[in-house]
Amino acid sequence: MNSFGRIWVYLETTPLLGLASTLIAYQLALWISARLRNPSYANPVLIAILLLGGLLLATGTPYAAYFEGAKFVHFLLGPATVALAIPMHANLTRMRRAAPAILLAILAGSIVASASAMVIAKLLGASPDIVLSLAPKSVTTPIAMGVAERLGGNPSLAAVFVLLTGLIGTALMAGIMRLARITDWRARGLAAGTAAHAMATARILQQNETAGAFGGLAIGVNGIFTALTVPVLFGLMTALF
Amino acid sequence: MLKAFTLLVICQLVGEVAAQASGLPLPGPVIGLLLLLGVLILTRGPDRHLEETSRGLLRYLPLLFVPAGVGVITQLDVLAREWLPVLAALFVSTALTLLVTALVMQHLAPAETDEQP
Repeated sequence: MNSFGRIWVYLETTPLLGLASTLIAYQLALWISARLRNPSYANPVLIAILLLGGLLLATGTPYAAYFEGAKFVHFLLGPATVALAIPMHANLTRMRRAAPAILLAILAGSIVASASAMVIAKLLGASPDIVLSLAPKSVTTPIAMGVAERLGGNPSLAAVFVLLTGLIGTALMAGIMRLARITDWRARGLAAGTAAHAMATARILQQNETAGAFGGLAIGVNGIFTALTVPVLFGLMTALF
Repeated sequence: MLKAFTLLVICQLVGEVAAQASGLPLPGPVIGLLLLLGVLILTRGPDRHLEETSRGLLRYLPLLFVPAGVGVITQLDVLAREWLPVLAALFVSTALTLLVTALVMQHLAPAETDEQP
């Protein structure tokens, strides 16, 4: 075996490759996004996923091997979620003042999110486990997987739908807020967190801290609402269709 | 910075344990968030270190979704088979959810008098 081959075999057994490729792909994605002047459709997360997904498929690397290294980045998602408490604390007074509106807005969003996804997929002829796995698409991954599993859906599929929802919501939100003349950052943040969980919240947090705080609140509250309402909505839909 | 990071990880740990023990439909980190929020209310806000560490971590929040996101390649066969209903449901439903949530909030929330900078 030549020396490059030997080095490659060594690298494949360490987590370094997965970690380095994730960081490099994200730097590249930031650069590409900046070159395009940061349009909402070219979210750096989306670009990095396309780069890495393409790389894995092209080299025939299994996802599990990649994740061995990438899990070090993935792990930080937990502490970062906890850290959302800091912007939320800074906005606590305004949240308390608008509490009834917040709860109603998230409840409405939660029902629209799961009911409309199930109805549209069903009408277009999706198979039952797809319809089920789409229901919790707007909530954070662990809740979505739990909800899908309890209903008899496919948890890994649910996780992918959560991811796609995050990318789609991040791409759509700026345009929709402009069209609907939503100028209130509280409403923008709440919509981001309710419709497209932490991924859209992460994006809007970079634009406005209040929006980020309301997004963080929406992630938690919408998770609870969705876990409670999806079984009822699913029963209702099975009875109607 | 290390002290602040330790606090974040402890909150997550306690959150995970609470999630496992209680059977609540909430993931550990979200319970950890609520826990830290409670601590911040009791201690009247974060100190400078916690503030800086948290902001540093949150600045890179988008990056942290990349590893899980690449997992989409494990479900490509399903997506290739049923791409139309899936994409239609995701696009239309996500747009509707953004619209409904934002409209309800903007119309019902009381106007703010003390706008923060």
